Amino acid sequence: MLGRMTLADVAILDSPIIMAAGVFMALVVAAIVGTITYTKSWVYLWKEWITSVDHKKIGIMYIIVAIVMLLRGFSDAIMMRAQQAMAYGGHAGYLPPHHYDQIFTAHGTIMIFFMAMPFMIGLMNIAVPLQIGARDVAFPFLNSFSFWMTAVGAILVNVSLVLGEFGQTGWLAYPPLSELKFSPGVGVDYYIWSLQLTGLGTLLTGVNFFVTIVKMRAPGMTWMRIPIFTWTILCTAILIMAAFPILTVTFGMLSLDRYLGMHFFTNELGGNQMMYVNLIWAWGHPEVYILILPAFGVFSEVVPTFSQKRLFGYKAMVYATVCITFLSFVVWLHHFFTMGSSANVNAFFGITTMIISIPTGVKIFNWLFTMYRGRIQYTSMMLWTMGFMVTFVIGGMTGVMLALPGNDWVLHNSLFLIAHFHNVIIGGVFFGYMAGLTYWFPKATGFKLNDSWGKASFWFWLTGFYVAFMPLYVLGFLGMTRRMNHYDNPQWTPYLWIAAFGALIIAAGIACTVIGLVVSIRQRHLPQNQDVTGDPWNGRTIEWSTSSPPPFYNFAVLPHVDALDAFNETKKRGLEARETPVYSDIHMPRNTPAGFIMSVAAGIVGFALIWHIWWLAIIGMLGVVGTFIVRSCNDDIDYYVPAAEVARIEGLHNARVAQLELTHVA
Amino acid sequence: MDHPALHGHSHKTHIEGSGGAGHAGYGAYGVGFALSVILTVAAFYPVMVPGTLPAGWIAPLIATLAVVQIFVHLVCFLHMSAGSEQRWNVTAFGFALLVVFILIGGSLWIMRSMSQGMADPDVPAVATQGHGNMSGGNMNGM
Amino acid sequence: MSPDSLVAHHGEFAEDHSHEPNNVFGFWLYLMTDCILFATLFAGFAVGRHQYAGDVSGHDIFDLKYVGVETALLLVSSSTYGFAMIGAYQHKLNQVLVWLGITFLLGAGFVGMEINEFHHLVAEGHGPDRSAFLSAFFTLVGTHGLHVTCGLLWMLVLVVQLTVLRKPLDTRYVNRLMCLSLFWHFLDIVWICVFSLVYLMGVR
Repeated sequence: MLGRMTLADVAILDSPIIMAAGVFMALVVAAIVGTITYTKSWVYLWKEWITSVDHKKIGIMYIIVAIVMLLRGFSDAIMMRAQQAMAYGGHAGYLPPHHYDQIFTAHGTIMIFFMAMPFMIGLMNIAVPLQIGARDVAFPFLNSFSFWMTAVGAILVNVSLVLGEFGQTGWLAYPPLSELKFSPGVGVDYYIWSLQLTGLGTLLTGVNFFVTIVKMRAPGMTWMRIPIFTWTILCTAILIMAAFPILTVTFGMLSLDRYLGMHFFTNELGGNQMMYVNLIWAWGHPEVYILILPAFGVFSEVVPTFSQKRLFGYKAMVYATVCITFLSFVVWLHHFFTMGSSANVNAFFGITTMIISIPTGVKIFNWLFTMYRGRIQYTSMMLWTMGFMVTFVIGGMTGVMLALPGNDWVLHNSLFLIAHFHNVIIGGVFFGYMAGLTYWFPKATGFKLNDSWGKASFWFWLTGFYVAFMPLYVLGFLGMTRRMNHYDNPQWTPYLWIAAFGALIIAAGIACTVIGLVVSIRQRHLPQNQDVTGDPWNGRTIEWSTSSPPPFYNFAVLPHVDALDAFNETKKRGLEARETPVYSDIHMPRNTPAGFIMSVAAGIVGFALIWHIWWLAIIGMLGVVGTFIVRSCNDDIDYYVPAAEVARIEGLHNARVAQLELTHVA
Repeated sequence: MDHPALHGHSHKTHIEGSGGAGHAGYGAYGVGFALSVILTVAAFYPVMVPGTLPAGWIAPLIATLAVVQIFVHLVCFLHMSAGSEQRWNVTAFGFALLVVFILIGGSLWIMRSMSQGMADPDVPAVATQGHGNMSGGNMNGM
Repeated sequence: MSPDSLVAHHGEFAEDHSHEPNNVFGFWLYLMTDCILFATLFAGFAVGRHQYAGDVSGHDIFDLKYVGVETALLLVSSSTYGFAMIGAYQHKLNQVLVWLGITFLLGAGFVGMEINEFHHLVAEGHGPDRSAFLSAFFTLVGTHGLHVTCGLLWMLVLVVQLTVLRKPLDTRYVNRLMCLSLFWHFLDIVWICVFSLVYLMGVR
């Protein structure tokens, strides 16, 4: 009845750490459910959020998932650092190997798939439709479905904490270790199905945003007038569409090996595990750029805004982005130089890897020249950007070092590699997303994030990063390999203690972010925190021309774009709010629970397959397909907002702005 | 719901370019069907009737015919054209084709090179196929 | 958003120009991603195609006459679907239904033949767990068959919507039929690659 699930699989009874984590999770869930029930918010939550197809609300929900999973992924990180600092010589540390292995696997998986990806998709949901002057994305229902698939994937990962186990294979689950023979438990299955669900959601997001950007731009927004962030999202969407099907198939083949005894990647009967490594990186390398390109986009918005001048080399930036998009498909072998390909193959991929650093270098210079002779405002966003430029260049250079196959043979799978990719992912991706969060936060919510806490968070993150990861470069040279539960070399211990201390500094940074969020929400009504005009930073692109938070239809009258940085041009010419707009009916999609129901059913399918509960999997599958069919029979999926209603909402906003101008005059 | 105004209007919309594919009459489908039958038979025949062609020619022939037939289907059934209303569809298809080429070509190049590098010169290739081995065996003929 | 307070014009806006063509374009993009999905499977097949592990090779198990009939079913169904589309453009519901019915039978025939082929192989002890070659073969051909099955289900849903639920054959439904036609013809193209690279090259 329950497949291979037994009472022994309730892992919280296993060890005190997991029990504590399980109890903590239960308390958090109970607290949330209790609060919602106490404030009688269930109906509100269902009507306004869970069934919402509004891209801004979906964006906010994505970012909430990202921040929650950041806390989970980071607690894994700090446990690893503590274990490695302690587990030297005669000391075993406090984590047994099978638990430690789950922790590093979960850390990588969560940080990439459930922290970085939702964070990025959240930012693009909030910003892109506003930047191009659209009323929503091309397929709002699909957008809701994508989000809930990601959320359900994240929930599956967390369920593995208390029910069963997670993979012990590293974040990419290389076979043959991830094959049934060597990982007979449910860990790898949790890994596969949580990623398959979120991967499908991501793929659909890619299609959705590509169509949105290509087909739904405001009149007059030609290709060379698209804000850079939207350009980077366009390229990210292309990369998602091209790369995620590979991931789906690769995991599919691994599942077939595990479930039907096939031999794609096994040791026997002709299986070839190198093919898995080849395919997973054919997805994995584009994925790196899926994460970093939007961060580049954020910096390209932040730097001109806070340097108060236009972006230097807009076209060069666009071409560099497109170049990176193409090149990112021809470098994947540099993740496995040591696997024994010929010198020709290694040389080809080594050279392409070095070439791809050129357009990235172009971008760095563009940002520097934008800042040059600008009137720079040192907000926390600008600090994240400048911290990024220094840190990312270091990470890029160690990357070029690794791009030489000869070097790579020495450094492969060492802590040097770990330091390198954290260098680019923390210093590039994460700093960028934090800048983006601070930048668009007032747009999404109507009030600003507290900048002092933001700055504090930045300084802790920056110093914490260097303290935690510079020792790892050294340890790489000293020969320490990744994922070690225990070691005997006394030379390594001091560096690992420094790294553990660095992780604590980063913890302070995360705490500042959380405190900053709480403080900002509590003080949101203070006049200095309010964003009444919708343009708190003196922004340049059209998302700042509508109110904050924008009405659900985004723009009462679709803007006409006649220049790059169109809103800045409008402000310069003083045309803002001078004309009396003529409102007309606005066509909007209706909210629908279908995306949520389908995702929950898909989550049930995943859970049932993990535990081999076949009857439940069939029921779940019927739920997915049935809901979709019912949804496709529903013709009542959209409605018109009457012009009078638009005029009323806009009138309220204008009255607020006028009142603010009055207080300023007074 | 089903009133004539909608029909007139909807007809107009799709003539203006409905994005995915244009449409054609029975002619295009007829031509497409005839061509695909010819191409399919031409690919099957030399394999089913040994001796029609020298063995070395068959593989290139099948590959060529497949490529031609794919284009016949694209033009006659999917109505792909170089028209401006289809520019994005064709661009997307071209890019997908490029990725397919990189993915399959690259994978075969890498895997072949790897298996050659792994092959133990003392062990004949046939033996590795029977038992399977770490390197995935010899991949001659790829 | 509080749609309840707003006057909804029921059903009148199903014909929105700015959204419907996006559907077809979006579906086309989905097909491109599917194209890459199949490419990955083909890459997997290409790597495993000689790894017989002592079990059968393609030469031993492929019956080209059988494959020829399967191919014929799909090719004819592509044309019959085309005829259904011509009917759809002219808003002739009966023509659409008749041709869709014929297409459905042809497609179902194809899926039936494939299931039969697989069943025989497994019954004779050449299941997908016997060698890397058989794993790759079953997965690649099976994924195509699964797609065809989904197409059949979709066709069934559309027919029910147009008949039992009496949905009008307006732009919305013509576009849906168009998306399915793209899907159907696309699967035909994948099948060209399958019979060329898997069956013909395998027997050669």
